Parts: sequence; C-alpha cells; structure tokens
Amino acid sequence: MQMTGAEIFVRTLADLGVETVFGYPGGAVLHIYDALFQHTKVRHMLCRHEQGAVHMADGYARASGKTGVCLVTSGPGATNTVTGIATAYMDSIPIVVFSGQVPTLLIGNDAFQEADIVGISRPCTKHNYLVKEAKDLPRVIKEAFYIASTGRPGPVLVDMPKDVLVSSARYVLPDKVDVRGYKPNYEGHPKQVESAMRMLLSSERPVVYAGGGVILSNASAELSELTRALSLPITTTLMGMGAFPGSDPLCLGMLGMHGTYQANMAISNADVILAVGARFDDRVTGKIDEFAPHAKIVHIDIDPTSIQKNVRVDVPIVGDLKDVLRKMIKSAKGRKDVAAFREKTSEWREQLADWAKTHPLSYKPAKDKIKPQYVVEQIYRITKGNAIITTEVGQNQMWAAQFYTYDKPRTFLTSGGLGTMGYGLPAAIGAQVAMPGRLVIDIAGDASIQMNIQELATAVQFGVPVKVVILNNRVLGMVRQWQELFFQGKYSETIQPKIPDFVLLAEAYGAKGFRATKTEEVASVLKKGFAAEGPVIIDVEVDPEEMVYPMVPAGAPLTKMLLV
Amino acid sequence: MRHTISILVENEFGVLSRVAGLFSGRGFNIESLCVAETEDPQVSRMTIVTSGNDQIVEQILKQLNKLIPVLKVVDFTGTDTVDRELVLVKVKADNDTKPEVLRLIDIFRAKIVDVAPRAYTIEMTGGEGKVNAFLQMLRPLGIKDIVRTGKVAISRGM
Repeated sequence: MQMTGAEIFVRTLADLGVETVFGYPGGAVLHIYDALFQHTKVRHMLCRHEQGAVHMADGYARASGKTGVCLVTSGPGATNTVTGIATAYMDSIPIVVFSGQVPTLLIGNDAFQEADIVGISRPCTKHNYLVKEAKDLPRVIKEAFYIASTGRPGPVLVDMPKDVLVSSARYVLPDKVDVRGYKPNYEGHPKQVESAMRMLLSSERPVVYAGGGVILSNASAELSELTRALSLPITTTLMGMGAFPGSDPLCLGMLGMHGTYQANMAISNADVILAVGARFDDRVTGKIDEFAPHAKIVHIDIDPTSIQKNVRVDVPIVGDLKDVLRKMIKSAKGRKDVAAFREKTSEWREQLADWAKTHPLSYKPAKDKIKPQYVVEQIYRITKGNAIITTEVGQNQMWAAQFYTYDKPRTFLTSGGLGTMGYGLPAAIGAQVAMPGRLVIDIAGDASIQMNIQELATAVQFGVPVKVVILNNRVLGMVRQWQELFFQGKYSETIQPKIPDFVLLAEAYGAKGFRATKTEEVASVLKKGFAAEGPVIIDVEVDPEEMVYPMVPAGAPLTKMLLV
Repeated sequence: MRHTISILVENEFGVLSRVAGLFSGRGFNIESLCVAETEDPQVSRMTIVTSGNDQIVEQILKQLNKLIPVLKVVDFTGTDTVDRELVLVKVKADNDTKPEVLRLIDIFRAKIVDVAPRAYTIEMTGGEGKVNAFLQMLRPLGIKDIVRTGKVAISRGM
C-alpha cells in the first residue's frame, strides 16, 4: 500500500508501540501533524518550547525505562532541542528526536527555517540520520529506537526533509535491525569477572561505587544481592541515587563534591573499588591525582570508552551490568572464602559507621528562617519516600540528593552530566505521563524554574498533576555559594531583586499556587499542595544564605571537605 | 608518539565529518587523513595519522569504534605495513636549474607530469621520509607549489 512519508512516519511509531510524542508543530512537519490529527494510537502532547519537549521525553524515559520520543519542526524548532539532546547524551538517556527539515532541494541554501541539525547535533547524539527517501523511514526509525535504547543508551536524532514526508512509498517495516557497525557487547568476560572477584575478596577495605548505569541496565536487584552477600559498603553517584536503597545500612550516600563525609573518606581509604556503571566524573573524583590513592580499581561498564578515561583501572570488564553482576553473584555463591571476607572487613564497616556518626549530613536550624534542607526532609517525611523526585540544577539539586532518601531506582531524575537548569519541570511532566499514578515532585530553585516555567501551560492543558516545590532564596544559589567561598563574597549578578510572584504565576497559567514563609507552615503547606488536584507550585521562602555542605572545592582532593 | 590508524567505514555521506569531528571535538590533532572507496563500494577506508600518548590514542581508538558507521579500526603502529604518500610539486625550471631537477627526478624515481616554459610539475610517491627528502632537495631550486595526499597504509602479507 502506498502511503505518504508523513503517514509512514506515524504508522511506524504506532507499530513500534510509541504511545506518547512530545512536540511542537511547524511548517516542515505540517504533514505529520495532519497525519496525527485523527490518529488514535499515538498521543501527541503539545509543549510550549522544544527544549521542554525533549526534557519531557527524557523524564518519560528515565521514569519508565522506555524510549522517549519528541517531534519538532526544522530550523529553530530543531536547534531548540540541542540543550535537551545534550542533557540526555551526558546522562545516557534513550530518546529519539524527530526533526523536520526543509525540502531536499533547498538543503544548504539557507532556506527559510533551515538549520543543519544533523551537523549541529552530531557531537551530542549517539547517532543521527538525514532521511532521503520515504521508503527508508520505517527502517531508519526502527534503527533509531534500537540504537537509542541498546548498549550504552543515548539520544538519536532523525531529520526528515519536507519533500520526503510528502512523497509516497510502500510501507514495509523490517523485522530485524541490522547495523553492521553497531554490535554492543553485553557479556562480561568470565575470566575478567573471576579476576574481579579475586581482587575484591582479597581486599580489606572494599567500596562499591555505583552510577547511573546500574539504573539504565535495570541491575539494581543484582547490585543489592551482590553487595549484601558480601557486605560491601556502597556509595552512589548523583546519577546512581536509588540504584541501591539509600536507607540500607551498607549505603554510604553520595560521594564527590557534595558527597557525604563517610563516602568520600571510604573512597579515599579504600583498597579496592568496584565501580559499576559509573564514569569517574570530575565532580566525583575531585583532584584526580589524589583520588582513591590506595585503591585498586575494578570497572564494569558497557561502554569501553568510559574505562581508563579518567583513572587507571586494574580490572576492566566491558559488558552489561546485569550480566556481569549475575556472574559475580554466581561466583560468590560458589566460594568458600566469602564468610571469612565478611569477617575480615567488619572492622572497615565499623570505621565507616563511625565516620557517619561523627560527620552526618546536617545543617544548623534557625528560628526565623526556613532551612531548605528542612523542606526537603519534610517532603521525604510526607511522601514516605514514595514520590518520583525531579530537580532543577544547583543548590536545590544537591539538597534534594542529600536530604531525601531514595530506595528505588527511577525515583530521582536529575540532569547530572550537563547540569541543565530548567530540566526539572518538563522532566517531571514527562515522568508523570509515564507514571500517571505516582506523585511526581520537582524540587526547584527560583532561578532554574524560570528557565522552562512555560511548560506549566503544558501540564495544565493535559491535566498532568506535577507538584513543584520552589526553594526560593531569591538568588542563583550555587553560583552565589562559589562567589561567597572563592570570590570574596562579590555577588556579581547572582542576586535576583525582581522575581515573579510564583503563586500568582501558577494561577495565571491555570495551576494552583501555595506559599510558605515560616518553618511551622512548611509541612502543612506541602501537604495541602501535594493533595491539591492538578499541577501545583509551592513557593517556599528559604534562607538565602544557606550553603550546600559538605563541599570539596573544585580541584581539591576528596578528603579536603568543607563541613557544616 | 605518531600513530597510523586505518578505519573501515560505511560509505555514506557525513561519515567523514563524524570521524573528523570526533578528533576536533576532543582536541586531538589530525596530521593527515586519506579516504576513498575500497573493493566493496559500500565501504570506504580512511587512513589517519595522529599523535598522542598511549592513553590519548587508546581513547581515540575506542571512540572511533563507538561511531555507528565505523566497521573496523586498526592501529598500524608497530605492525608490519606498507605505506605510501603521493606528492605533486611544481618547481622552477630555468636553464640553470633544469639539469639538477632532472637529476633528482631520476634519483628519486619521480615523474614529470606537466611542463611549462619556466616550471615542471613532478609526481612522486614514496614513504614519508622519501617524500620529505625529495622536497628538501628541490627546495633550494625553487618550489612554487606542493600538494601532498598524506599517508595511505595497508598491512603486509596474506
């Protein structure tokens, strides 16, 4: 049967099981929107900015484990997606972005609304395509989903010229995907796994360092099983929050720049580090030459480029974490030295518990000011840890990581790698669309929230009941913190004397707004806000001088922490 | 250290910029790059000469392997290979210099491919060292223009 490229596009999405597309129409994709008009299987959600659309697809993917989908027009529509694509790329999130393109004959002519998005997005996509014929659409789209979601996941962009969408072809969806140059290696080498086990069991001060890869490969259960079987203390990265239950006594919390004292001391004193699905980001390692000076490193990652990139690795294992961890569990079960190992390392765990006791995460309460950490603690208490939390970027993000406990994967969604302000609200909407029954809360700052506040209109239009809690300190908090510590308190352009009335703003968009100005009110206002129907903004006026501690200054070793 | 890297890629548009972009995006320098179709018209081979310490080169090789249209990456450094470069050079050829130019062409087994009243255009192939030596000998005679292809390499044997 002959169909237009636009019809083929929609049909392919439907046949691949895509339920929701976040997007924004325009000239180059008009035919697709026409084909979508009365389509019942694929639901389109109109965003208010293409960046919002990509973050929604990203939040949808992080919360559900499915691939997020986004559709935009050519030129500015496409370029507006770049920040969202780069965000997904840095955090290895599977999304597919479809962009319209000017007709083939006009490409390269500086046509109206033309941008070379394939060229622009090349360094921040896992792969991208320019489709030249309508008949190629089903194959390319199927490949795009396959590439986005397998191996180390990541964003894929498919650029579709208008004439391709208008021209006709027969619809044939290939059964299989075969990309010659793309064969991810899922199976960890058994010999390497054995060396890793030997190295681990010979250690006296082992630490597991778990990153977002654990969540991406759905290997949390395996990680917990191995960690508990060997009584291994474990620290997670920002991206790894929830990969291992934060409330488990073996969990040391987050490591790195704003990590816990015990986690950073554990890494700095460890003799063997088992790195799983983590990539030794500079926010984690601090001064690289002094990172884990006594440790041998076992590194498991599906992406060989992550291994040996920043630190020297003693036992590299390339493979899917689920597979490798299963092999390690199996090996642990067959070994006689496990009990002795647990015995031998008990002193180490006592030492860690001692560090936790002497230097817990804390803050100084104040009578007349609301402490942002207190607000996050209250969110945890009220939701009993059952919410999906998204964050913006900055102090709000760090407090959300530190003072809320994440016991399950896919409950903490944050822009870890790129640090994208404006991520939290659209990501929350995407997560809520994927998980309609859950409570989804964006922990925001007053500056970040203004970067994509327009998506409140999307939430209202589609009745997506996300709750935004603004830790409103009227400053660009994290930048101000650096100015305070490293620029003699010269607050260059970080104080916002004029910020909108967020309660009125919420109402202007048709959402509900609440405000808390005193510590005593916080819990009740949060409860009221969370219970209210539809999208809600809760504006909490917090202490503008509060800082995020502990803090390892940039370029310092992890042991040189500034404490509360 | 210098490395000669041979890459088999899908012969499709944009693949060159993917490979080159990978180098530039990470601040790695490309000293030369050659690319053309292989015996299979769907596959092209690139020969890239780059330099860096072991860690940088390991990263380059891994990153190249990660590109989807890349089928195979081989670092030829330290392996038994044949490599050649082609140079076209235009030299001043007046009555004083002509005999010397002709003598050098003979010694280096080069070839004149174009003659003009006051210049010869010469073609020469060889290893990088030979090309350099030839150019060094011609330089005092008056080189007007040089174009070099950069290195192509293939493994020996089989």
